Amino acid sequence: MGYPHPSHPRETVLLSRDFGDPEARRLDVWIKRGGYQALEKALGMGRDAVIEEVKTSGIRGRGGAGFPAGVKWGFMPKQRTKPHYLCCNADEGEPGTFKDREIMRWTPHAVIEGCAIAAYAIQAEDGYIYVRGEFTEPIRVLQAALDEAYAKGILGPNAMGRGVRIDLTIHRGAGAYICGEETALMNSIEGKRGNPRVKPPFPAAAGLWGCPTTINNVETLAAVPHIITRGGAWYQSLSLSNPKSTGTKLFSICGAIAKPGNYEVTMGFPLKDLLYDLAGGPRPGRKLTAVQPGGSSVPFITAEEAERTLLDYEGCLAVGTQLGSGGMIVYDDATDIVYQVMRLARFYAHESCAQCTQCREGTAWTAKILQKLLRGEGRNEDLDLLFDLGEQMTGKTICVLSDSCAAAVTSAIQKFRPDFEAYLRDGRRAGAA
Amino acid sequence: MSQAGPGTPAPSEPLPRLFEGAARRELDAILKQYPTKQAALLPALWIAQRRQGWISPAAMAEVAEALGVTVAYVKGVVTFYTMYHQHPVGTHFVQVCTTSPCNLCGAEGVVKALLEATGCKRLGETSPDGKWTIVETECLGACGFATPVLIDDDLIESVTAESVPALVARYR
Amino acid sequence: MSDPLTLTIEGREVRVPPGTSVLEAAKLAGVLIPHYCYHPSLPVAGSCRMCLVEIEGQPKLAASCATPAAAGMKVHVTSPTAKAARQGVLEFLLINHPLDCPICDQSGECELQDYTFQEGRQATRYGEYGKRYNPVEDFGPDVLYVPNRCILCTRCVRFMEHVAEAPVLNVSERGDRAHIGIDQGQLLDHPWSGNVVDLCPVGSLLSKDFLHKARVWDLDKTASVCTGCTQGCAISLETRDNTVVRVKPRPNAEVNRHFICDHGRLHYHWMNRSDRLETPLVQEGGRLVAADWERALERAAGLLRSARAPWVGLVSPGASCEALDAAARLLALGKGTGAFRVATGPEAPLAGVPDLALRAERAPNVHGALAAGFTRAWDAAVKGMPGAGLVFVLDDDLAGVEAPPAGVPLLYVGTTLPEAARGAAVVLPCANTAEEEGTFVNLRGHREAYYQAKSAPGMARPAAWVLDAVLTALGAGTGVAA
Repeated sequence: MGYPHPSHPRETVLLSRDFGDPEARRLDVWIKRGGYQALEKALGMGRDAVIEEVKTSGIRGRGGAGFPAGVKWGFMPKQRTKPHYLCCNADEGEPGTFKDREIMRWTPHAVIEGCAIAAYAIQAEDGYIYVRGEFTEPIRVLQAALDEAYAKGILGPNAMGRGVRIDLTIHRGAGAYICGEETALMNSIEGKRGNPRVKPPFPAAAGLWGCPTTINNVETLAAVPHIITRGGAWYQSLSLSNPKSTGTKLFSICGAIAKPGNYEVTMGFPLKDLLYDLAGGPRPGRKLTAVQPGGSSVPFITAEEAERTLLDYEGCLAVGTQLGSGGMIVYDDATDIVYQVMRLARFYAHESCAQCTQCREGTAWTAKILQKLLRGEGRNEDLDLLFDLGEQMTGKTICVLSDSCAAAVTSAIQKFRPDFEAYLRDGRRAGAA
Repeated sequence: MSQAGPGTPAPSEPLPRLFEGAARRELDAILKQYPTKQAALLPALWIAQRRQGWISPAAMAEVAEALGVTVAYVKGVVTFYTMYHQHPVGTHFVQVCTTSPCNLCGAEGVVKALLEATGCKRLGETSPDGKWTIVETECLGACGFATPVLIDDDLIESVTAESVPALVARYR
Repeated sequence: MSDPLTLTIEGREVRVPPGTSVLEAAKLAGVLIPHYCYHPSLPVAGSCRMCLVEIEGQPKLAASCATPAAAGMKVHVTSPTAKAARQGVLEFLLINHPLDCPICDQSGECELQDYTFQEGRQATRYGEYGKRYNPVEDFGPDVLYVPNRCILCTRCVRFMEHVAEAPVLNVSERGDRAHIGIDQGQLLDHPWSGNVVDLCPVGSLLSKDFLHKARVWDLDKTASVCTGCTQGCAISLETRDNTVVRVKPRPNAEVNRHFICDHGRLHYHWMNRSDRLETPLVQEGGRLVAADWERALERAAGLLRSARAPWVGLVSPGASCEALDAAARLLALGKGTGAFRVATGPEAPLAGVPDLALRAERAPNVHGALAAGFTRAWDAAVKGMPGAGLVFVLDDDLAGVEAPPAGVPLLYVGTTLPEAARGAAVVLPCANTAEEEGTFVNLRGHREAYYQAKSAPGMARPAAWVLDAVLTALGAGTGVAA
């Protein structure tokens, strides 16, 4: 549902059914509403069948990378010679995104069930739910749900009485956006600085403590029980445009929009309808000017481009942006785009882990140039410089944090050049007194 | 950005030893959940901060000893993660998100209002009465409920500059 | 062991064992890919991004230090894309790096300087923004850390963690605020910590011993062997104006890889002593007077011819094999035996390298001396002096040893003149390790050569030459000394 707003008829309510309902946190209520039947079923299906079902569903990583989850599970070794691990990535830090928080604090058992099924499928007996440190309420709620699940024997040495061990532990982060990157997340669990790792090796070969590991996003895992219960083919059929983008997606809409919130729609849903119909369009008296449909790390698109975008992985690529996490930041004609882009550059500079030269120095330099522009001291060469730095920061580093900074900055200059030129020419915002 | 400045006053009493009694049992339970002691580092630091309000050099030494790592190693981890305080902070530690989505919804006005209402002269500096430290933070993951403010462990949604005085009054 | 694979780097074909990185494969092809964080003795970090190369068929540039070579790979190091990427890294490194070259010790052997000259931009575009500033930190006995110059390659951190196995350095903070940290109140006093100064590609970690002493382009570098203990690490003696100003390790896969310990690193000042024997001396009228070599050797020969057996020898375990062999031949003429003594100290292994340690016996040629027939029975030898027909000393400082009694002549060959030798019949000046060519045998029986790094003072000659000259004067020489 478009929590905190009531469900819109055009939403496809799957994961968000119980948003806003504190009762859903309770195990007895959750079971009454059908909870843990999927886990029961999965434990009887056999792991290969579970993986096949998830592959058939076509679900792609909902954290932002969009990699097919079933294929990812299939990378895990068939023969277990070392412990296998599952990680649930609940480090939701991509600006604009706030869906995993809702899933965890309203439907913690959905997360637990998804994790348990995944752990079983990949032959992991231990799973770590990495929750960012600031998510104090989701952690409280999730821990209480875990305690209930253990008490009821759903988790533990004999999960659901089926003779398999499934243990889930919450690992609390401590303030680092970069720990949402899967290899940095693993380093953080291991008690290290959250530095992303060079790949290869990939996590399925050597992840946590050198052992085969799978990392999935909260939203991806929360969908797994539905896939098991109703079948991968059913999930695959939920697709309005491209058959390679299936299922439902929670879009977190925020910024200069009338009804910010999480809206759950089928993949391929028209962005124009999501913005103007479901989310109420611009604030009174305002016009939408720009959107970043997948979080601050995806290129800006203009309002006009947004109106012809279909919300799936391919549809976003077609207009030169990405679906990303689905954290949709909306900008209007009252927005100082230059200022907001500077603020994003500052975000990336703050969060850089410091390993790669281009990211460590480039994000900070980019922020400084934009701050200089905003002070009215910008020069014409500065825009070319920003493009050049953007190129140096793209495709050259261990992870894509610097690429994200570059994408936001260069796309904003490309799409809203007059705004930047106004600062260069007049030393102040376009149209400002 | 989330660190209190060096102007914050140090505690006047010596800090208690960290891993004794219930805290020791808590650490032992945590150690059982991981195959290495080092993996308990972030959880151990959370215990330390909960008990002492910040991560002092003494705390780092105790954590290092408990987990069999060097103090330098612990320090490298503490300084990486912004939520661990390296200096004492006010009774209430307030984090305000000002990243773009919230910035578009008046977050900077909320920051100004909080500084005024609490008497903090500037961000990162504890108020004269020792009760408040305000910092700007990066995206708190509650963008649709702008502006979110994390006061200690409570996330208050949809804070506006106007609603700040009443909010601050609740915590006095 | 699988078959080697062939790849092409900069148009040159090279065959390497599987598992070799592209960067190492490039070395075999004679191509040096610029890099900072990579070091053959350290685990791969892949973070400086300087070693990015273009590999045909791959959409993104690859970090060659972290990319395994694959059969048929075609790698381009000097393509426009790869060069542009390196130029970018250099520009980024220089935005906060201060223009300290005029006052920085690393100047002349700085990899940031070198690559910037090679392929950096003419001028930075960073302009008017301030540079990040942190004050210099004294890390401990010999190491200074200059945070402003640090390029965060983390070689020092990885060395301490993985090679020294003492993780006392860290990376502190995040982003462009990051810097190397050490535990407050701790010193970087690990016995092998000085290696971080060598590993640092720039002038961020500096040796206090070398601080502002000399410009590296004024230095002559000579291959030598460390005299600090019996490990026999390969070193470079670096000299300026006939003075040893610095010691650096030389790579040696069998003995010390890329490292030396702090004791050895700083154990060179004695080579520059100025209180040296500069001329041969002969006893005349109750005191020692200077003589030329001809007269002194004549006197020595006469002394030895008339001395009855047995002779007693006290030798230095720091003398060359050549000198010790000659000394043994000399003593044999008098049916003599010889002994040495060696200072000891605590052993300090470098945990991450097999069989590498600062050894307890603090002299370089204990095993050369043993091989030449000398023993550790020093006390017995000293006790035998009063009853000997002649005492022969090779460069021991005779501390705590009484001069032989009046009737026992003393032939002293050494670098300085100890008090106890003032009554010697003949004193012959010899060169020290830095002033001669020779060999040592280390504790594993490994023989290594060292070469002359500076001139010996006055008329001093290598001890091997001196002893052979004496033997020649006795008619028992090898002809080495002319």
